[in-house]
Order: sequence, then structure tokens, then C-alpha cells
Amino acid sequence: MVNNQSPNLVEFNAVYVIVAREFKKFIRERSRLFSTIARPLLWLFIVGAGISRLVSPDVGVPYIQFIFPGILGMTILFSSMFSSISIIWDKEFGFMKEILVAPVSRFSIVIGKALSGTVVSTIQAVIILALFPFLGFKLGLFQIIGVILICASISFSISAFGIVLATFYESYESFSVIMNFIIMPMFFLSGAMYPVKLLPEILKVASKINPLTYGVDAMKHILFPFEKGKMSPDFPFIIDISVIIITSIIFVLIAGKAFERKG
Amino acid sequence: MIIKVENLTKRFDSITAVDDISFEVEEGTIFGFLGPNGAGKTTTINILCTLLSPTSGRAFVAGHDCMKEPADVRKAIGIVFQDTTLDKDLTAYENLVFHTYLYNVPKDEMRGRVYDALRFVDLYERKDDLVKKFSGGMKRRLEVARGLIHRPRVLFLDEPTLGLDPQSRANLWEFITKLPEKHYVTVFMTTHYMEEAEVCDKIAIIDRGKIIAMGTPDELKRTVGGDVVYIKTTDNVNTKEEIERLLGLAVSEKEDELYLTCNMGDTCIPEMMRTIGEKVLSVRLQRPTLNDVFLKLTGKAIREEEAPPEKGIKEYVRAYRRRKEK
Ligand SMILES: Nc1ncnc2c1ncn2[C@@H]1O[C@H](COP(=O)(O)OP(=O)(O)OP(=O)(O)O)[C@@H](O)[C@H]1O
Ligand SMILES: [Mg+2]
Repeated sequence: MVNNQSPNLVEFNAVYVIVAREFKKFIRERSRLFSTIARPLLWLFIVGAGISRLVSPDVGVPYIQFIFPGILGMTILFSSMFSSISIIWDKEFGFMKEILVAPVSRFSIVIGKALSGTVVSTIQAVIILALFPFLGFKLGLFQIIGVILICASISFSISAFGIVLATFYESYESFSVIMNFIIMPMFFLSGAMYPVKLLPEILKVASKINPLTYGVDAMKHILFPFEKGKMSPDFPFIIDISVIIITSIIFVLIAGKAFERKG
Repeated sequence: MIIKVENLTKRFDSITAVDDISFEVEEGTIFGFLGPNGAGKTTTINILCTLLSPTSGRAFVAGHDCMKEPADVRKAIGIVFQDTTLDKDLTAYENLVFHTYLYNVPKDEMRGRVYDALRFVDLYERKDDLVKKFSGGMKRRLEVARGLIHRPRVLFLDEPTLGLDPQSRANLWEFITKLPEKHYVTVFMTTHYMEEAEVCDKIAIIDRGKIIAMGTPDELKRTVGGDVVYIKTTDNVNTKEEIERLLGLAVSEKEDELYLTCNMGDTCIPEMMRTIGEKVLSVRLQRPTLNDVFLKLTGKAIREEEAPPEKGIKEYVRAYRRRKEK
């Protein structure tokens, strides 16, 4: 039975239900929520607390505060990637076919998947963000809203990047490859643990092509706006925002194209 | 014609999975693709449901070109893939609701249709269970229900009874054969079980990518010769002579049994009984099977280890055909 509803509504329904599915599964899988929350906490309070003993307190913001944007970035990186990589699972277990034979545009499928990652990642980032009072931050409402908005945009960009990766990998054996050779380097080279400006030249280049770097940098701008020394942000705020937006668009377009392709 | 396929070919590197096939399917019928493993059944379905582009040739479903108007084709079809495509971490109900959104089922009808579909396949009581707790048969039924929920004009079933026990297979078949009437849907199915293909209105036998025979089950069986009637009598010599003289049929003898070939075994037997009735001890009728057809065409059985015919299905198929002939 063909319904003569507007095509936009059809596409909206598809995007909505793809996000709703991810959300439902996220709520249901306690272990996934637990591990994505536990990981940043470990880094923050064990690695972060340990390293902060090495960093002299007069360089600028306290080290534990310095890594906070990076820890938010990590939360987003892992959870967005995980959400998008689940496309590989969907392919392996067949559910992807159910989506692909449906009369919805491939583009909506990609947007739906990217927003799925965005929703679950942002929720987790907000949970971590709620720790700020224990780290000695005094944030205003606008700062909090600003950080959340940036978290949502990075989540979208990283999720879209994850979809691009997922369209090139067929089986979940590739998951560990992605984990070790893409996710971990992206985290370490994002300026999360150390300022990009202090890195050797070659790593600096690697950091600059890492989209996560700009997300973390944008949060540094908002979380410690008055920092001027070594610990200060590495790029102008406007550059950060532009890179996040442009990479999101590029990744979504590539992913859409990749979904279009048929054997 | 609700499905029209013209000279369809699909090559994967060195393998020609589908080799220049053409066929048509009439609306409201059950069309069967019968063939051994690797024959190209799934590949054909994947092309028809727009997941794969052919190397050459054309395919139309519900009047739309599968390559040029994939969106229109997708709207018109429902499909049960060979391998499960349910989300095991969602409940039965959630899987179906997901589907209604993708197919834009009007909001006010959604719940009603999902419940109806669940009742239709006897899974209403299990609607809030996660699909991973379902048995193979339940998953299969759920997928069929899902394939119908948006009221497609064509339902593709790729080996719908794969991995089911004889009981569930018979149940599923009963259910499938009712579909054209109850849901105004054309069924395109694949199988490598002979007995299952019997319920089809029309069958295409496919082997190594080529359609090697097509027709109704009876037409196909007629190509390998008629029915064989075996008779045990009290007096073989006289009976043989009498049948040959009175009915004009050639009779042979083998291991104490007389046998003869005729076109319509079921009308031939009563006729025979009227003439030689008192001498007959037992009669059995053997009809050619689709396996005989396949054997004749390819020189090999459709599956090397042909499963022993399961009683349940055989009986069911027979009853079904009787109903249909009326
Ligand atoms: N994606 C692919 N890449 C390469 N070869 C393929 C691909 N898909 C199918 N084939 C080949 O095409 C041929 C037909 O496969 P197909 O899946 O259509 O067979 P089938 O009739 O559905 O068999 P079965 O009864 O086992 O499901 C096989 O030889 C198979 O190996
Ligand atoms: Mg197959």
C-alpha cells in the first residue's frame, strides 16, 4: 500500500527510527554504558592524577583540568566509533539488509546512523562533564551549554567518520584493527594528554589532520578561556568550529556515496 | 505480469552466477525457483530486490525497473532473506515497529497492523521477548510477518523453511499457500526441497545460473513420462493379457509385480479395477517427482543426499493440491 505522504516525512521517519533503535539498545546494554563511562574515569583519576605529579603547577591550568577536554573527547571518540562500527555487526548479522531494501534514501540511513552515534555519545559526554565541580572548575551556564554543543558536533563528525570506516570493512575481525590503528592514535594525537604545540614536528602534522584535535581544542577555548601559556588552545576557535563542520559534511557525503555503491 | 525478467546475467569475477535467464510471474500466483546450492537463486532475488545490479539484462517488479527505479520497487516488495535479518537485541514487537517506520505505515494503523501480524504467525504472546530467545522457526515466522506488514504486492521468500523441523515446515507452508488469497500478494520463493516446490503454481528449475525447465509442477512431471501403476495379482499371466487386450496398455512384469505406464494414474486405476478387479491383490501408483525431472535434465539428483520425503509435508502438499483442483 503506497501512502501519499510527503517524501520528507518518509525520510524523517527513517532517520528517527534508526536513532530510536540505537538509543533503545544503548539503554538496554548496561555493560556498554558502564565501560564507556569507566574508561574516561580511569584516565582522568588514575593516569591524569599520576601525570599531574610530573607537571609543575606553575605552567598554567592544573593538569587534571587540562586533560578534561581530552577526556570528554575520548568518551565521544570511543562511543561514536563504537556506535558506527556496529554497522559492521549489522552487516554480519544481516540486519543491514532489512534497512537497505527499505524504500528510504541511502542518505537518510547515513544521517540516521550518524545521529545515533551523536545521541548516545553526547549523553555520555554530559555524564562525564557533570564531574566538573570535583575538578575545580567553576563553569557558567553558557560555558556548559557551549561544551555540550561542541560535544554534539564532534560526536556527529566522529560518527560519520566511523560510518565511512565501517563501509570499507566487512567483518568484525577488522574491529581490533580499527581500535589499535585508528582509535588509539586518534586519541593520543588529539592534544588530549599534551598540547599539540609541544609535539615534535611530525606528530604535530599528524595531530593537525586528526579531526578530534579541533574538537578538543574548541573545548579548551571554552573551559579555560583565560589560559595563555603552554596549556592554552593550539588553534583559533573559529578554525576549530569550521574544521568540525566541514569534516562532518565531507564524511557524511563520502559515507552516503559508499552506501550507494552496489556489487 | 508482476515480475518480468529479460536476459538477466550476473557475473562475479570468474563465476557466472546468473546466466541469461528470462521469466515472467503472473500476479497472485506462487512462483518457485527450484535449484541446488549455488544455482543462482539468491543472486536473482538480490537483483530483483535492488540490492545488486546485474551485469546485463533487465528486471521489472510491479511495473518498475529494478535498476532505474529502485525506490518504487522497494515500496512494492517484502522479502524474507535466506539468512535471518532480525535485530536479535530487540523484541519481536520492536522489530516490527522498526519496519513500519521504514515503510511509512500510517501512525494510526501501526499498532493494529503489528498486532495483527504477530497474531497471524502465532507470536502475539511472545511479542515482548527479545528475538535472541526465539527458536529458528519462530524467527522465520516473525520475518514472514514483517515482510507482509507494509502490504507488499510481491513477497520474496529465499528458502523460507531452511533449518526448520518437518512440523514447522508444514506449518509455514500452510501459511504461505494462503498468502495470495488472504493478502493479495504474489509469492516468489526459492527452495531446494522438491516437495515444497509442488505447491507452486509455476516452477522454474535453475542449475548453474541457467533456467533449464519451466512450467506447472504437472507439466514438468509429464516431461519425464507418465505415472507408473504397480499391480500384484493372483494370476499375472492372464491379467497381463487381459489389460493389454481390454485397455490397450503395454504391461511389463518385474519381480512378481506387473507395472504399466499411463498418463493419468488416478483415472487409469479405477478403469482397470472394473475389468480385472477380482484378481487384484494390491495396487500402488508412482508418480514422477520433480527430482525425476531434475535428474532427467541434468543427470544428477538435485541434492546428492536427498532427504527422505517427510511425511508431514507430503501429506500436506497432497491435501493442498486436492483443494486447489476443486
Ligand atoms: N558476492 C559474491 N561474490 C562472488 N561470488 C558470489 C557472490 N554471491 C554469490 N556468488 C556465487 O554465485 C553463485 C550463485 O550463488 P547463489 O547464492 O545465488 O546461489 P543459491 O542458488 O542461492 O544457492 P543456495 O541454495 O546455496 O542458497 C555461487 O557460485 C556463488 O559462489
Ligand atoms: Mg541462496
